[in-house]
Amino acid sequence: MSLQSVLESGKFVITAEVGPLKGTDTTEITEVAELLGGRVDATNVTDQQSSVMRLGSLATCYLLKQKGLDPVLQMTCRDRNRLALQSDLLSAYVLGVKNVLAITGDLPSLGDHPQAKPVYDLDSVQLLWVIKRLNEGYDMVDNELKGKPNFFPGAVVNPGADTEAAFELQLIKMEKKITAGARFFQTQAIFTVDTFAKFMKRAEGFSTPVLAGIIPLKSAGMARFMNKNIAGIFVPEELINKMATTEDRVRTGIEIAANTIKELKGMCQGIHIMAMGWEKRIPAILDAAGL
Amino acid sequence: MILSKQKPWEEILSYLDGENNVFILGCNGCAQASGTGGPAQVEEMKNKLGEIGKKITGSAVIDFLCEKALVKSRLRNKVEQLEAADSILVMTCGVGVQAVSAAVNKICHPACDTVNLGGSRGEWRGSERCLECGECLLDYTGGICPLTACTKGLINGQCGGASKGKCELDPEKDCGWELIYNRLKGLNQLNKLRRFIAPKDYSKMMPDVKIISTSHWALERTDQKEGG
Ligand code: SF4
Ligand code: SF4
Repeated sequence: MSLQSVLESGKFVITAEVGPLKGTDTTEITEVAELLGGRVDATNVTDQQSSVMRLGSLATCYLLKQKGLDPVLQMTCRDRNRLALQSDLLSAYVLGVKNVLAITGDLPSLGDHPQAKPVYDLDSVQLLWVIKRLNEGYDMVDNELKGKPNFFPGAVVNPGADTEAAFELQLIKMEKKITAGARFFQTQAIFTVDTFAKFMKRAEGFSTPVLAGIIPLKSAGMARFMNKNIAGIFVPEELINKMATTEDRVRTGIEIAANTIKELKGMCQGIHIMAMGWEKRIPAILDAAGL
Repeated sequence: MILSKQKPWEEILSYLDGENNVFILGCNGCAQASGTGGPAQVEEMKNKLGEIGKKITGSAVIDFLCEKALVKSRLRNKVEQLEAADSILVMTCGVGVQAVSAAVNKICHPACDTVNLGGSRGEWRGSERCLECGECLLDYTGGICPLTACTKGLINGQCGGASKGKCELDPEKDCGWELIYNRLKGLNQLNKLRRFIAPKDYSKMMPDVKIISTSHWALERTDQKEGG
């Protein structure tokens, strides 16, 4: 079943993220694909995440598709102008990739090629609008397409904004993304269920499925690093302590992720696991969460 | 105003490799304000080059080096010093170097890099900046420019990265979108933020061809008429 039909069926949706590596070795991707097949409804492929140059998202999506998974093409506006974005979208569609997650993208200065020229010809909201136009059979300057795609576009939102302005701005932008065509959302990683509940109270009204982001903790150090460096992520001290004192970090990491999933389950339409190197442990997390 | 900064010493030296006689030019305009090519820096450069055995055939600091007519007339009494030089070291922005190249038939080396001002109008004290985008959005953003106040130049709203009101890319800097939100909230105009801002026409951000290809210095034309 495709991501779209699972979402429409009302079933609790599970998506996971894979990040291609730097180079042409695809062994790991193939292994992960085999492990995830049958366990997740769709698999996101990151687009040179954190502005680090890697194997492309589109080629990797195609490989996953061959393995029977339903891929979600993550597409940032960082590296391509409007010509390249539209052309790559058409290319994705003819390769059978239907789900697209539109993202503005981190600045190149954060990655391993800080000398790069950032593009940002479009932003995430505009990219969603462009996808909508392509679905209608037109490019963004109203030229008719010969053969039109039927994309299922999604977007991201950060429920953990820490000021009133940021919280409202996230909701306003979420609404704009829906108007521009977003059919589902995947969120920044959630560790505090209360924050998420507060966000969902407002987001529910938009009637667009939200998949809550889950990052399994690998260590106390990783949790502290995220608290310090990643906006919108807040790992409470209690969880950090658990990770710091446990004798089996893997087991505790899996347990915490599974518990969070259980608590979130009633509040949203699904979860999105960003395993960050722990892709092979995703089945264990799902088992522990009873999914 | 154009902002410049001096190139690394090694790079300047590499330009002068094999050239022993150098004429130095500075500018009393932006280069002086930038601290890169005023009288003090020209003097310093003379000494530094002298110390490593270069012969300085002469030097001059002209009020506006970007203006060819002025360059020509001010250098008229320096013809011999210029001719004795293998090259000219120009301690200004790229426009100054090009103006001297066009006015004098000598190799001209840039001593400075011209740096992007990011939309500010020089060494100004205020924080307001304009990138001359050709499609002003200030009505929708309550008088705060999203292209410059937001570090990523986002025009459809905040990214997911702000933390405690500060920008994810610079914790010292206020998030431009939160400034915009608070301003509009105060003006009771938050609804403006719901508007979809269509992709910008970036061709409008390119200077008009006429501006690139014509020189608008009336003085220059006068000068040509006089046969200078
Ligand atoms: S929106 Fe464009 S024209 Fe208006 S201030 Fe910003 S850069 Fe300048
Ligand atoms: S944190 Fe605010 S100012 Fe910084 S890039 Fe994001 S929206 Fe722009």
